Amino acid sequence: MILVENLHKTFDGTPVLNNISTSFDNGKTNLIIGQSGSGKTVLLKCILGLFGIDSGNIFFDDKSFQKMSVNERSILRREIGMVFQGSALFDSMTVEQNIMFPMQMLTKKSVEEMQDRANEVIDRVNLVNANKKLPSEISGGMQKRVAIARAIVMNPKYLFCDEPNSGLDPKTSTIIDNLIQEITKEYQITTIINTHDMNSVMEIGEKVLFLENGNKGWEGSNTEVFDTENETVSNFIYSSNLFKKVRGVYQQENKR
Amino acid sequence: MRLFHNIGTYFIMIGKVFKRFTKWGVMRSLIVKEIDSLIIGSIGIVSFISFFVGGVVAIQTALNLNNPLLPKNLIGFATRQSVILEFAPTFISVIMAGKVGSFITSSLGTMRVTEQIDALKVMGINTYNYLIFPKIIALLLYPFVITISMFLGIFGGYIASIYGGFCSSADFIDGIQLDFIPFHISYAFVKTAFFAFILATVPSYHGYFLKGGALEVGKASTTSFVWTSVLIILTNYIITQLLLT
Repeated sequence: MILVENLHKTFDGTPVLNNISTSFDNGKTNLIIGQSGSGKTVLLKCILGLFGIDSGNIFFDDKSFQKMSVNERSILRREIGMVFQGSALFDSMTVEQNIMFPMQMLTKKSVEEMQDRANEVIDRVNLVNANKKLPSEISGGMQKRVAIARAIVMNPKYLFCDEPNSGLDPKTSTIIDNLIQEITKEYQITTIINTHDMNSVMEIGEKVLFLENGNKGWEGSNTEVFDTENETVSNFIYSSNLFKKVRGVYQQENKR
Repeated sequence: MRLFHNIGTYFIMIGKVFKRFTKWGVMRSLIVKEIDSLIIGSIGIVSFISFFVGGVVAIQTALNLNNPLLPKNLIGFATRQSVILEFAPTFISVIMAGKVGSFITSSLGTMRVTEQIDALKVMGINTYNYLIFPKIIALLLYPFVITISMFLGIFGGYIASIYGGFCSSADFIDGIQLDFIPFHISYAFVKTAFFAFILATVPSYHGYFLKGGALEVGKASTTSFVWTSVLIILTNYIITQLLLT
């Protein structure tokens, strides 16, 4: 479990996150939603330690990240997998090398062992005939799968995904969402996903945190989020015509 | 204030480069890769420039020796002194600031923009050591490039002098042996070592700490070239004051 307590973050004196307190549970897909610029990515990067925080605390299974030494943080990071918005694959490495990279850097496994494990996760994310290809030679959806494979290759306890659906078509988005959820359940890991894709919220958001201008606007489950009376959350969720129609149908069905 | 902040960040970065080393097996392949792109990849352009600039130095010297009392061996002497003392170590380094420096800044900058550096950090890797240390080690071979530049610069001067009919082969060879001070070679290589460190670290700093997107990668490459050149010229002045006066 990841616990965030009274987190404050500013950039050059401008507050970006104000007094954020929340928790992200084990074996669940936790979603952070909000408008662009609401602080979702900053919150994710603060939890990961990529950005320093001004005040507050972040606990990974009751261990304070702020009180950890450099070595302890390094050990913790081996238990973290991250899928970046643009996949962040290493351009000069093949798909297989990208996936083997964390093992090569952080373990003493032989090349054969690493290849076996890489092939295992490649199968898990359904990547076909891509092992020897460079990231530039595969599609965006495949790049996301490679990023997920790289993130889970070390059997992480925590999985972070920053807008895993950005730039993907609706069908591929759903496949990626389902893949992340399956992996979360299968390995019982704590997964945190940043998204503004409402389809993801409906499909996999077991816990949803809504950020509004750096403040915690709302928190609950994906079943609650569509019925919430919080006007800001409601306006955000039903901002598209498609979801307005879905709400209409949903409300009519409820009346019957 | 910003300048002091940048200088401080640069030295903190240098400190972190030499901590929490990457596994030797991985580091070895990174060093070989950097030697290939930074050193081997620069030999062609350095050879071309050195040969022709050496030739131009010889021709310019010859054309300015109007007084018949001045011996022809001065052409070889002036070419050797110009090439060994300044052209090879300093001006080739400024050219390398453009070639190697821009390459380092843009490659690290692109890694920053595409979050590849963040990906390495999340894995618990010391990104300073992983990304910058191999470049420093590869550029330890930089004096080898400068040696080639010295040789080809003087050779270019020789060819230009002989085939341009400015002096005889014997005069030129006599000139390059005239009043030879071995310490000048040491001085040139001391400078080269400092320039190599600047060439590896200053562009790395500009790429590593880049903020923004693709446009900023281009801007950072330019800024990196400017600052690397400025530091090379300043270091050249200081070392010359210390070693030759």
